[in-house]
Amino acid sequence: MPSPKRIGKIEFGLFSPKEIRKMSVRKIIWADTYDEDGFPYPQGLMDLNLGVIDPGLRCKTCDQKAADCPGHFGHIELAKPVIHVGYTRLIRKLLRVTCRNCSRLLLPPTEIEKVLSTDEESGPDVLTEKDIKKEQICPHCAEQQYKINFEKPTTFSEVWMEGNRKMEHKLTPADIRARLEKIPDEDLRALGINPVVARPEWTILTVLPVPPVTMRPSIILENGQRSEDDLTHKLVDIIRINQRFKENQDAGAPQLIIEDLWELLQYHVTTYLDNEVAGCPPARHRSGRPLKTLSQRLKGKEGRFRGSLSGKRVNFSARTVISPDPNISVREVGIPLACANEMTIPVRVTPFNITEVREFIMNGPDRKDVNAPCGANYVIRPDNRRIRLSETNLQTVSEMVEPGWTVERQLRDTDVVLFNRQPSLHRMSIMAHQTKVMQGKTFRLNPAVCPPYNADFDGDEMNLHVPQTEEAMAEAHILLAVQENILSPRFGGPIIGGIHDHVSGIFMLTHGLRWFPKRDVLYLLEARNLPRLPPPGREEEGIPYWSNKQVFSLILPSDLNMVFRASSCQNCPQCKEESCDRDAYVKIIDGLLHSGTIDKKSIGAFDGQILHRIIRQYGMRRSADFIDDMTKLAIRSIMLDGFSFGIDDEDLSKTEYGQIREVLDTAANDVRTRIKIYEEGALEPMPGRTEEETLEMQIMQVMGKARDRTGEIAGRHLGLENSAVVMAVSGARGSMLNLTQMAGCIGQQSVRGERIMRGYDERTLPHFKRRDRGAEAHGFIKNSYKSGLSPTEFFFHAIGGREGLVDTAVRTSQSGYLQRRMINALQDLKVAYDGTVRTTGGRIIQFLYGEDGTDPAKSSYGNPVDVKGIVESVLKEES
Amino acid sequence: MSTINVLDHVMVPEHKIMSEEDVQALFSRYHLTSDQLPKIFHDDPAAKAIKAKIGDVIRIVRFSQTAGIAESYRLVIKRPKK
Repeated sequence: MPSPKRIGKIEFGLFSPKEIRKMSVRKIIWADTYDEDGFPYPQGLMDLNLGVIDPGLRCKTCDQKAADCPGHFGHIELAKPVIHVGYTRLIRKLLRVTCRNCSRLLLPPTEIEKVLSTDEESGPDVLTEKDIKKEQICPHCAEQQYKINFEKPTTFSEVWMEGNRKMEHKLTPADIRARLEKIPDEDLRALGINPVVARPEWTILTVLPVPPVTMRPSIILENGQRSEDDLTHKLVDIIRINQRFKENQDAGAPQLIIEDLWELLQYHVTTYLDNEVAGCPPARHRSGRPLKTLSQRLKGKEGRFRGSLSGKRVNFSARTVISPDPNISVREVGIPLACANEMTIPVRVTPFNITEVREFIMNGPDRKDVNAPCGANYVIRPDNRRIRLSETNLQTVSEMVEPGWTVERQLRDTDVVLFNRQPSLHRMSIMAHQTKVMQGKTFRLNPAVCPPYNADFDGDEMNLHVPQTEEAMAEAHILLAVQENILSPRFGGPIIGGIHDHVSGIFMLTHGLRWFPKRDVLYLLEARNLPRLPPPGREEEGIPYWSNKQVFSLILPSDLNMVFRASSCQNCPQCKEESCDRDAYVKIIDGLLHSGTIDKKSIGAFDGQILHRIIRQYGMRRSADFIDDMTKLAIRSIMLDGFSFGIDDEDLSKTEYGQIREVLDTAANDVRTRIKIYEEGALEPMPGRTEEETLEMQIMQVMGKARDRTGEIAGRHLGLENSAVVMAVSGARGSMLNLTQMAGCIGQQSVRGERIMRGYDERTLPHFKRRDRGAEAHGFIKNSYKSGLSPTEFFFHAIGGREGLVDTAVRTSQSGYLQRRMINALQDLKVAYDGTVRTTGGRIIQFLYGEDGTDPAKSSYGNPVDVKGIVESVLKEES
Repeated sequence: MSTINVLDHVMVPEHKIMSEEDVQALFSRYHLTSDQLPKIFHDDPAAKAIKAKIGDVIRIVRFSQTAGIAESYRLVIKRPKK
């Protein structure tokens, strides 16, 4: 292989008509493609000199077969010059800065000198449109200059005043070309144009290159009909009009007809180059679909750059629906047998593994059972020939293999694979898992790894990739494995951890003090695989009992020390510590839970403090084991008691309903009196607000308070025996506000932080009187989700709900684009060995990564050292 | 018209022109050439305030949320036309 060479320079320029004719192998004059026998017309668009796409034919230019011939350009001689749409800006600029008569720059040489060399060592500068004054007299030939008007897409005209009349004269492409031709080379250099590679008149096309057929292959439909490429269609149009134009020109047609045809030719060439030009109707296919022409092939997400060069489809990947399996480890991923049978890993045959490899081959491609040993699908000989394994050739192939061959072995348990869910917004969106071949048709994953992927099981699909080399597998295992990514670099805390039922379950297990008989303890800890149980905490009538805190302590490392407050902590001004009413003071000494309830703060994804401490103190592997133990214990404890929620869990008693009604009535009265004060003009406005704004704010405040009061009333009735309260208090799901809205009162609906004001003339709905400022008329919902909404309330609720939906839709598209731009700007930066952040060119971005040189994923919520944790584990008390 | 010194503003970090030896030490410490340094325009208010010339290297010491104090270095260059 030749060694790579450094690129010295790249030069961009324009094709001159001469060059186009020189590289062309054939002048194209016929608009037709194939004759009745399906043979290309000579000098037609599918001429055999332009390359071949049909198998069997040979290229007339290079005499190669379809697969080898790269294709060759042809050309079309245009009857009259036309403008290239891509250069209209440049043409406009050049017309404005040069004389209409002598085509010299509209600036005396001394002035040019001044602009070009403003400063000593700053390098060459270029002239811009701004350096030249409008409508003046040419310094060279004293010609009066006219204003150049440009109309999208390709029309140029001169405008001047004659007396009071405004005169306009259209410039034809031929006129413009004549002007551009006359611009001297030195003037172009002053403008930053290299006339050797880009004479400006070459932006006006006189001859059009015809791309090779390999670039625009025709496809044959099932019914045997040929369907031409969009580019071919467009070229047909151009040749047709060009032909008609020539005939009319030769026949001496009137000027009007010539102009029309010229414009039509300009239109076709324009849309051939770019079919999305502003001010130009796009050329359409017979079916009405806009044609995909040259520019459209390159532009955008599916274009050549983003779609074909930066992004490609890959082999050894799989995609299917995901479903949860709490019984596999977070490190594993369940793979359907059908999928594992199809996906392979290449194994080089060596003298050391040849017997194992022979077994793979003997097992064949059709594995019937998840526990059966894996087979192989293909064998690759040293000459790179592939042999597909089938039931018939297993014996012969297994005898043939010898060191140097490669066998493509099927996936089996404990292989390393990459698992991914789109959108891949952060690095934890792709992690390496260990495979586990399973029954069924879905990928299985432990619910605890849902947060980093942001996955749920309402039909989500995920992708799986199988690394094909030992290096790739090792890299995946060391850098991308799930246990290496428990800590998020976003905030330096665990992103994998208990969710939903895990949190509810562990909360119900550890809250308060409970005693379990041996049977229950063994059931709860079945997955932990303990050698023996600790001594029981209590004995009654000869029967041993273990406390709930003892049970939880059994999954903790034996020398863990930490003290913190659980999610259920109310932040009382004076902490009662161990004697907390809510059991929210968590104290773990030497791996024993002394007091406190374990909930989201301890083991949840995003803020699991125990998890975080285990990672820092015992490492990633131990913490992954802890997550597995914890999730299994939590699931078992939630199953021990059972956990459900029904409509009657939102029921309150008669007294509470009375109180709620009372609160809402007083609030409504309060609003009425405030409105009255306002209408009498006696309202004292708040600083910087009008009286009306003040009133609105007061009403919002009163209504908000009223809702919260109903929530308090409902909360008094609903205790920890209510599962929604358990979920809210433990942090598993939902909040007390959700519960308030279900049982108490939904409250004020708002649009952009204000009460609902829009609707009909001076009222929101025809159900209300005009100018009614009352609570009900502006979106206050007295009812709860349980009691049901009145029609007007329902409508207001829909208005408020719509705002949220629109917000999320807008936010995702905006932040997506923001992230794309950010990634493009930062993708090639890296931290060098000296700690600096540099570009690929060695340019420094930061002198020390993050100014402190700390990896946020290895930090403790952003701090390089976890002082609190160290103090706690040494002193064994709260720091 | 009263002029204010931008360097006195609380939000503006300390800017100092580095001596020739310091610049050489900086280059050898990070194995740098001058074009790999971050840049600052010659007409930047802070650069003007310390009368830095094109080609000078400025040391900027600023308070950092993560590190307490962070040092950075910038090469003074001419502001390009538009």
